[in-house]
Amino acid sequence: MKNCIIQKLGFSIIFLCIILTIFFLGTIIYFILIKGAPIVSWDFLTKAPRNAMTEGGVAPIIIGTIYLILGAMIFSVPLGLACAIYICEYSPKSFIVNIIRISINNLAGVPSVVFGLFGLAVFVNFLGFGVSILSGSLTLGILALPLIISSSQEALMAVPHSIREASLSLGASHWDTIKRIVLPTALPGILTGVILSVGRVAGETAPVLFTAAAFYKRGYPKSIFSEVMVLPYHIYALMTEGAHPDKQRAIAYGCSLVLLLLVLFISGFAIVLRQRQRSSYG
Amino acid sequence: MDNKIKMQAKNVDFFYGKNQALKNVSLDVYANQVTAMIGPSGCGKSTFIRLFNRMNELLPHTTLCGKIFLDDLEINSPLVDPVDIRRRVGMVFQKPNPFPKSIFDNISYGLKVNGIKDRAYIEHKVEDSLKKAVIWGEVKCRLNDSALKLSGGQQQRLCIARCLAVETEVILFDEPCASLDPISTAKIEELILELKKDYSIVIVTHNMQQAARVSDCTGFFLLGELVEFGKTQDIFTAPRDKRTEAYITGRFG
Repeated sequence: MKNCIIQKLGFSIIFLCIILTIFFLGTIIYFILIKGAPIVSWDFLTKAPRNAMTEGGVAPIIIGTIYLILGAMIFSVPLGLACAIYICEYSPKSFIVNIIRISINNLAGVPSVVFGLFGLAVFVNFLGFGVSILSGSLTLGILALPLIISSSQEALMAVPHSIREASLSLGASHWDTIKRIVLPTALPGILTGVILSVGRVAGETAPVLFTAAAFYKRGYPKSIFSEVMVLPYHIYALMTEGAHPDKQRAIAYGCSLVLLLLVLFISGFAIVLRQRQRSSYG
Repeated sequence: MDNKIKMQAKNVDFFYGKNQALKNVSLDVYANQVTAMIGPSGCGKSTFIRLFNRMNELLPHTTLCGKIFLDDLEINSPLVDPVDIRRRVGMVFQKPNPFPKSIFDNISYGLKVNGIKDRAYIEHKVEDSLKKAVIWGEVKCRLNDSALKLSGGQQQRLCIARCLAVETEVILFDEPCASLDPISTAKIEELILELKKDYSIVIVTHNMQQAARVSDCTGFFLLGELVEFGKTQDIFTAPRDKRTEAYITGRFG
């Protein structure tokens, strides 16, 4: 009888925790929707800002954000995946590999502004890419690397040993086995990591602050060496600078909503991809 | 024994780290015959069969002494690529392990990794292998379904078909019926008897009746030693070693 009460109490507490979490999430989305929705219109999504960013839309900023996300992924997904494959499949299980593994995990804990400074020092100044899409993408890519490596690693390790053996026993080479059996089987897990890192990368302000973002720039980015306006930094700029705080604040909420939708859209795409992969031969 | 020797183990010792799993094992596998290995769990019979296609080297910290031959080729020579050995010596595992792919892709996989691209040939070969493994009738209408949707017995026959498609010379069965029901087991035993016309077969089994039913030669393993090896009939009716007799009559095991 006593156990029963304790159990009920435990479940109630867990339930309360879930409600609380959903409440916070809901409140955030509610406020952004309430404040952002009136601003977001077709014109807002397709026009450039006007009148010192107090009117007009945010189209170049959305485009800039998408460029940076794509650039970061193009850089970090192949590199991260290659690292994960090497660590899981090829490297001897040694002391050095353990150190590499720990280093990668620690990289994930480095504050993002430090990545920003690193990008400024290396990509912007040392390599001479300037404040540009390229520098920003590379910086964000490095930020996403540990996330992609560790999730890919987990996905690869979850592939059962028995089907690797089956592949090898049929005269497949180690690389054939990885390419045709291990990677396709691990793909849903790898995509999950990519989805998470897209969300992370899209919202980062500090790393692009010194490496890619412009406070205001006329027109659309022309090459990978152009400066760009990006949503998170644009929100920051609208809230802290300028002469028309009221108008700017409204636009900032609009931008938040757009950023949220953008991440949702990209994640949704990846989730659909993952589900299709999983359901076909799960 | 009138058949020629297909595979041969000579004075094989095998170690996992410092644990000796096999002690001075010598054994011949004859062409177009079924060679069974019996013995209690942990006696080294599975370890031994996995030496024939160099599967054990995938595990870390293993040591092999002695020689193993496939025809005249010493398969553990550093000059020999394990991939080439595995193309000649196939394996069916204890637990059915189909790939998470379609039935068709499971069978065609071995052909594709061996560089065959001719679509018509692959289709022909897939059908042929599935027929030989007596599963064609059950799957011909759903070749594009996931292999994971098949039952355990069907999956195991699919794995056998997958192995047949690459046209090996030897097939190793590592307790192929351990996770199957009696009906599936009977089907697979029938299949093994059919296959020995074209292949040399080695089978590890816990089931002594199975060894008696399907094999021509039997080896009895105990604690890493090959206690006795001979014609199945002799082993089961007139074992020379007391330990073999005790095991076969069920006094320990």
